[in-house]
Amino acid sequence: MTAAVSQHDPKASEVASRASDADVPLMEIRHLHKRFSLSGDFLEQLKFKGGKLIREQEYVHAINGIDLDIRRGEALCVVGESGCGKSTVARTVMGLLTPSQGEIRYAGQRIDNMSTKELLPYRRRMQMIFQNPYASLNPRMTIQQTLEEPIRLHHPDWSRERVRDQVRDVMDSVGIDPDWGPRFGHEFSGGQRQRIAIARALAVDPEFIVADEPISALDVSIQAQVLNLMMEAQQQRNLTYLFITHDLAVVEHVGTRVAVMYLGMVCEIAPTGTLFAKPRHPYTQALLSAIPRLEDDRPQHIRLQGEVPTPVNLPSGCVFHGRCPHANERCRKEVPRLIDVEDGARVACHGVEEGRL
Amino acid sequence: MALLEVNNLDVRFALRGGDVRALRDVCFTLDRGERLGIVGESGAGKSVAAFSLLNLIAKPGYIAGGSIIFDGKELSGMKDRGLRRVRGNRISMIFQDPMMTLNPVLSIGEQMVECLKAHRRISTREARAIALHKLNQVQIPSPETRLDQYPHELSGGMRQRVIIAIALLLDPDIIIADEPTTALDVTIQAEIMDLLLELCDKHNVGLVLITHDLGVVSQVTQRMLVMYAGRVIEQGPTREIINDPQHPYTQGLINALPQMATPGSRLNQIPGSMPSLSNLPSGCAFHPRCGFVKDANGTPRKACLDKVPGFVESGNCRVACHMVAEMINQQERDSREEIL
Amino acid sequence: MRENVMSDTIVPGRWARFRDSYLLYSFKRDLIAQISLVIFALLIFAAVFAPWLAPANPYDLAQIDILASELPPFWIDGADPAYLMGTDAQGRDLLSTILYGARVSLIIGFGAVLMQAVIGVSFGLMAGYLGGRVDAFLMRLADIQLSFSTLMVAIIVGALVKAIFGGATFSEYAVPLLVLIIGLAEWPQYARTVRASVLAERSKEYVDAARVMGLKSRRIMFRHILPNTLSPIFVISTVQVANAIISEAALSFLGLGMPETHPSLGSLIKSGFDYIQSGSWWITLIPGAVLVILVLVINLLGDWLRDVLNPRLYKG
Repeated sequence: MTAAVSQHDPKASEVASRASDADVPLMEIRHLHKRFSLSGDFLEQLKFKGGKLIREQEYVHAINGIDLDIRRGEALCVVGESGCGKSTVARTVMGLLTPSQGEIRYAGQRIDNMSTKELLPYRRRMQMIFQNPYASLNPRMTIQQTLEEPIRLHHPDWSRERVRDQVRDVMDSVGIDPDWGPRFGHEFSGGQRQRIAIARALAVDPEFIVADEPISALDVSIQAQVLNLMMEAQQQRNLTYLFITHDLAVVEHVGTRVAVMYLGMVCEIAPTGTLFAKPRHPYTQALLSAIPRLEDDRPQHIRLQGEVPTPVNLPSGCVFHGRCPHANERCRKEVPRLIDVEDGARVACHGVEEGRL
Repeated sequence: MALLEVNNLDVRFALRGGDVRALRDVCFTLDRGERLGIVGESGAGKSVAAFSLLNLIAKPGYIAGGSIIFDGKELSGMKDRGLRRVRGNRISMIFQDPMMTLNPVLSIGEQMVECLKAHRRISTREARAIALHKLNQVQIPSPETRLDQYPHELSGGMRQRVIIAIALLLDPDIIIADEPTTALDVTIQAEIMDLLLELCDKHNVGLVLITHDLGVVSQVTQRMLVMYAGRVIEQGPTREIINDPQHPYTQGLINALPQMATPGSRLNQIPGSMPSLSNLPSGCAFHPRCGFVKDANGTPRKACLDKVPGFVESGNCRVACHMVAEMINQQERDSREEIL
Repeated sequence: MRENVMSDTIVPGRWARFRDSYLLYSFKRDLIAQISLVIFALLIFAAVFAPWLAPANPYDLAQIDILASELPPFWIDGADPAYLMGTDAQGRDLLSTILYGARVSLIIGFGAVLMQAVIGVSFGLMAGYLGGRVDAFLMRLADIQLSFSTLMVAIIVGALVKAIFGGATFSEYAVPLLVLIIGLAEWPQYARTVRASVLAERSKEYVDAARVMGLKSRRIMFRHILPNTLSPIFVISTVQVANAIISEAALSFLGLGMPETHPSLGSLIKSGFDYIQSGSWWITLIPGAVLVILVLVINLLGDWLRDVLNPRLYKG
């Protein structure tokens, strides 16, 4: 059905340009920072200190300068524990949040400072799948209305029949009976709702999809169904994914490359096979060793000391140094940068750079 | 005799469309110091099972039948006063959300002292000493200061440690842990699980671990139950079930894990989803999703569609499946024929 | 691979959904709600069809017989069977006057609530969805508005209109003026309620999904968020209608509302108040009882609605 649609598509030039800039990454994220103010409005920021009225602002530093390239056709997985900023990356990339600093480019075009109107053509090319299928469908809209809305918005010239056909096609492709269109979201199970949410994302034939923890609210047997559906869609439609998850088993299965995040920084990025076979960053090593495995001969996991610091007062130097068993003086002072190591991996760790790890 | 014995437990919820049977014929035992896992997806009834052990099911739920025998005493019909002596004291519970147990306006110390004094006649000073000792046991750094802190001042992992300390406060015989690490990150989860395991081992405390995570169950428990749509469908030693699951649902659940497939390939999904308890299919509740409903000749097995499967023994495991029962019968017939 | 878990493939229509709904189910089990609805429906019916139901037209001076004033209702000696509920001091048939008065009260009540709702819902939506400065400005405005009581606003506006345009004009435009006064005085109730539920809805993922789609703010506000805040709007609407009717009665009682030539329930109560000492208690008490019953049944219906729509008790 994808072919049928692109036949009608008059945007042949767009297809041509897609082919020509194949070597440009689809999405480039440069020096991205995002911080959230904790201090409320202006009046709440005023404080008396030492007899003087001063304005004080506190921030949560959710993302602290990350660089990522997402290549066409790949599934880039971003993993990390809660509070590491992975969801903020997804939301900033999709324009739901504006970056505090840095640039986001889509197919070479800077999109982070565009107006809503300028962004509209990009909205059709990039879509998002959310975590909670119970909240991501409007409870007062039928499935038909939910799926028709994006198509009508992006193809105002389409006839009613054509919109309806597109909805039927996309429902069929995610395994939902098209006759169920007049039903409401709450009449479906969690897995079916997530299929509908995927259908909504696919309805406008996007090329890039950000999936923010798309399966973590689902049951184990349903997770497999949804993952299969997403991988099928990727193959059939040549999609590029930015896949946000905390589940490393899922990463190993669907990821082309993996970026491991800690406190708003990327500490390691590598092709999936390389990362799982040879994790280099001490945090990645600890993370991988903590996955509960089915085998009984489980290696003792690496115990990290302490806990993740709050992103309000970031530690100096390497953000991981407080918990790292290999930290030294340099780690406490100097922020490590991502350096290339072999097998296409990049690691931000002084220890790896110095060769002591 | 087992420390805890649950027989034919039947729990129902009185809803407007009539009673919904949340648990049917649930049987299991737990020995002193044994670790039992209850596995299932949401709606399988695993949490209801845990809550009904201490008669904690909220209305409109009620225990409609069966017995829960703890240390020779029947719990299911017991009055509240008798139950209170068991709850917290001999059997304690750990919930998924620590804030369900912790009172946000009381300090950690106050809550622990209060809990101790409710069950034992001791002075506040003694109670505080015990509380401190327990916090030490759960490896909380600087326990003295923690005693005077409030729950919101602690991180998620710390809170769960405090919960474990409270659960251990009265030296219980059994701890029931309902998804104790689901809300935590993997690295913290691993630490908490290690801790729970170590403490249960050291103090010979029985553990009933309710979870949806097969990985956790396989690493922590000795025996496990798999639940589906309010029934136990397979039970036995954890290792045997994980390595060689008999019931098609258990097989499907394990095979659906991404670890079980080569990266990038299609996962072995179970089609469909768990039926709602108010609208169960006839016969075996799993039959609409089961790949083994059809027998060798390709005709659907009538029993699967009509009859609820009873348990059959298969090695050390008990499985509720017509297909497995048929296979075992066949094997017995074959072996008898061989002898003849 | 398609799931066929759903047993019935026929999609239920609107009527079927309503028939199976929790709303109807709980209504069937709530005797008080049923009685309230019946009484409320009867009162509305009587008020709407007052010109046809009432034995006389109290606005028609030709029908008033001053000699028949202060006649008691039928169960008291000296009653004239032509006047079922007796007559007031000007000789108007009390039953007819009450029916017409209830009509005026209900028109003002619903009209004022409609006005409150339009202002309050729009401001609440904007404050909640746009946030920031818009939010701060609108909410401070609401605070200021709330710090004036309805009565004070009414006294000021009423006095100004009377002073500028004269008493006759005021009487002529009393209904729209009262709608305006009560509507303006109480919109913050709506704005605050709507803003609170918008804040809750805005953080849900379906709103993000709508933004990712590229929809404009206005469409997201009215098409996606507003329908999901309807439950609290319905609940406070019932309370607000009752409040508006009472406010109107209070204003009329103080002489700031409906003139006695076009009495509402409130001004009827006031007109009879002077005669309560002289034994003609019915002129005040019968319209008073009607007012109490009207407000009571609306509030009881509101309570029932709140219990049904409470999202903590019932999801979906």
